[in-house]
Amino acid sequence: MCLAIPGKIEEIIDAADALGRVARVSFGGANREINLACVPEAQVGDYILAHVGVALSIIDAEEAEKIFDYLRQMEESSETKKDAN
Amino acid sequence: MKYLDEYRDPRLASKMLKRIAERTSRRWTIMEICGGQTHTIIRSGIDRLLPDKISILHGPGCPVCVTPVHIIDKALVLASRTDVIFCTFGDMMRVPGNKEDLLTVKARGGDIRMVYSPLDAVQIARNNPRREVVFFAVGFETTAPANAMAVLQAYRDSLDNFTLLVSQVLVPPAIEAILSAPDNRINGFLAAGHVCTVMGYREYNPLAEKYLVPIVVTGFEPLDIIQGIEMLISQLENGTCRVENQYRRAVTEAGNLKAQHIINEVFDVTDRTWRGIGNIPLSGLALREKYRDFDAEVRFKPGDTVACESSECISGLILQGAKNPFDCPAFGNRCTPEKPLGATMVSSEGACAAYFRYRAKTVEKAG
Ligand code: SF4
Repeated sequence: MCLAIPGKIEEIIDAADALGRVARVSFGGANREINLACVPEAQVGDYILAHVGVALSIIDAEEAEKIFDYLRQMEESSETKKDAN
Repeated sequence: MKYLDEYRDPRLASKMLKRIAERTSRRWTIMEICGGQTHTIIRSGIDRLLPDKISILHGPGCPVCVTPVHIIDKALVLASRTDVIFCTFGDMMRVPGNKEDLLTVKARGGDIRMVYSPLDAVQIARNNPRREVVFFAVGFETTAPANAMAVLQAYRDSLDNFTLLVSQVLVPPAIEAILSAPDNRINGFLAAGHVCTVMGYREYNPLAEKYLVPIVVTGFEPLDIIQGIEMLISQLENGTCRVENQYRRAVTEAGNLKAQHIINEVFDVTDRTWRGIGNIPLSGLALREKYRDFDAEVRFKPGDTVACESSECISGLILQGAKNPFDCPAFGNRCTPEKPLGATMVSSEGACAAYFRYRAKTVEKAG
């Protein structure tokens, strides 16, 4: 039940007070209202990680790519090894 | 979905698994402590694709599974009251108390509503000023900000008909309880990424140092978990025991300070009982004095019961990594997700339920 899922902020609906700041967030096309009180800096277009109606963090796009950079390096180095053989 | 599907690529997964196999020279036992990770590992068969030398144990990482029987009994008492609308996450409906579960109370006419968020329960309280609305606030650190925010909103709106039945638990004290057990055989931990999204991972440094175990903060998708395991294995093979972060796209060392502030405003650390494990000092959260009016136990005094768990159920040992669901004689026959004897079979993230769902065929073959 601790699963948090990534979604994209489509629209910020209510910014009347910090506790009530809410966004419409798209989770692969399905929309839900998510509270933004814990990520006050979040903006439209950001991907956030949401859990039980509350955004817990903004996904760092650069860091998200790193695992793939690392995998690419892995592939390259194994290919170099193969070539060397 | 972006940030999900790309972390499920089987081709990349098998490359990483191959690297792990090349690096592993000795037997290593790893524990993960997150029901979401348990589910991913068993569903995608990661545990069986790893070299035989690596064993994966599933720790007490599911709040549904570790909510103690006496709290479930309190929930049943509150949900049975005619003046109460009892709101809960759907996962709690079938968790057995001493005699029955919330589903049974609902069938008898109890006004029990499954909600997606504690903030939805606050809205139900606003809409029903003449009824008492109780929210069953279970969860780890991941869920604590939402539960705390529900209290802050109710406080701000002066709602006098909203309370929480709190069963909030904290992960690092449970890790310490497991590591300090005399027969501990765990060499490394995958720490639950979503808990660390909120709390960061500084709390794990003293644990890694004291018990000489590497700890890797890890995400939930197959590639995340496999990379987390790879990071653990390379530390184990190199003889280091640091805290590392695999889940960098969502977790920073300090965590979400705003969320921590909200939790600290509403909750204070307290001792908690874990189902199947027992009391762990300072392993949970309770409402602070300022918010005592929002404590359902204070308002309704639902009374205490003494837990009498099914004597067959070994879920406590499973949660501590001492046994595997297949070691339980009731598994798959007297105990199924339809008729669970213990909490690890109820929650879809419990180890017994994950094995039942994805490994049932193996059992038949083996039997
Ligand atoms: S299979 Fe059922 S009875 Fe056995 S340990 Fe798991 S929950 Fe308990």
